[in-house]
Amino acid sequence: MLGRDEDILKAAEDWSKAGRGVALATVVETWGSAPRPVGSNLVIDSDGNFLGSVSGGCVEGAVVTEAIDVIDSGKPKVLEFGVADETAWQVGLSCGGTIRVYVEKVS
Amino acid sequence: MKLDILHTLNTERAARRAVVVVTDIDSGAQRLIKATEADKDPLAETIDKRLRMGKSGMEDTPQGRVFLTVHVPSPKLVITGAVHISQALAPIAQMLGYDVTIVDPRTAFASPERFPDVKVLAEWPDVALPPLHVDRYTAFVACTHDPKIDDPALLHALARDCFYIGALGSRKTHAKRNERLKAAGISDADFARIHAPIGLDIGAISPAEIAVSIMGEIVQSVRQKPARSAKAEAA
Repeated sequence: MLGRDEDILKAAEDWSKAGRGVALATVVETWGSAPRPVGSNLVIDSDGNFLGSVSGGCVEGAVVTEAIDVIDSGKPKVLEFGVADETAWQVGLSCGGTIRVYVEKVS
Repeated sequence: MKLDILHTLNTERAARRAVVVVTDIDSGAQRLIKATEADKDPLAETIDKRLRMGKSGMEDTPQGRVFLTVHVPSPKLVITGAVHISQALAPIAQMLGYDVTIVDPRTAFASPERFPDVKVLAEWPDVALPPLHVDRYTAFVACTHDPKIDDPALLHALARDCFYIGALGSRKTHAKRNERLKAAGISDADFARIHAPIGLDIGAISPAEIAVSIMGEIVQSVRQKPARSAKAEAA
């Protein structure tokens, strides 16, 4: 897992140096049975390409959409996902946990 | 994240050095702290605790809530002696996430049949150890009972500042080891860093039980205050 995390941060650097717009998403808090531990990373570019995971697949789509916003605005965002979320059916965590994800631009 | 912070982070990680990134998730303000410089940071105590646990997470600080991303190199375990205890110790350590290497120049011991899933080097320590890049995220255990093999390996482990160094053998054996290593130029303080008799005192008898007691002591060295500072505090 550490090897993969290293690859993600390396990819974030490489993508950014290659001139792509890049955002980094990090799981900063979890409650209940969260699929990925605190510190897990997802790197996203402005075309929606991504590497890594913050939830094992449940909410990546939503994080990618928000990340493209963050790349445009340059302003970091904190996203929260859980089953209590009214959009649960689209982007909820089936495991019943809640996660908070910090999304920041690499610049 | 600023690209230069990300670059430093990746450089430090590639060099197996621990770092922490502190992020104010409201403002996005961020700083990178190398483990070697952590004592100068206002959050020194928190950072020290997080580095020992190897755990990222949110923290309440006088400056507000921040997220600490902790990057600690994956731990290694180097053992001299492809012996019975090592046969139990290696898989236990692997289960705990350690990258394990066994060094023993005696080819009858260091055979793949005896260690199917472990990296075993049938070389003398002076040949085998330098390429392993033993460092402060490495635990070292001397298990051969043979000074020709264990002593040079112990000297190497002390010089490379391994976080845990243990040596198998009775108090009597260890006293003789003390004389030999002193003659080789090791100070009392350095010699005191060697855990011997090795392992936690759990009354272990079988090789597997001894392996458990050694692994328990290694985990203790990582998760609790380093033994060295505990001894310094007691002094």
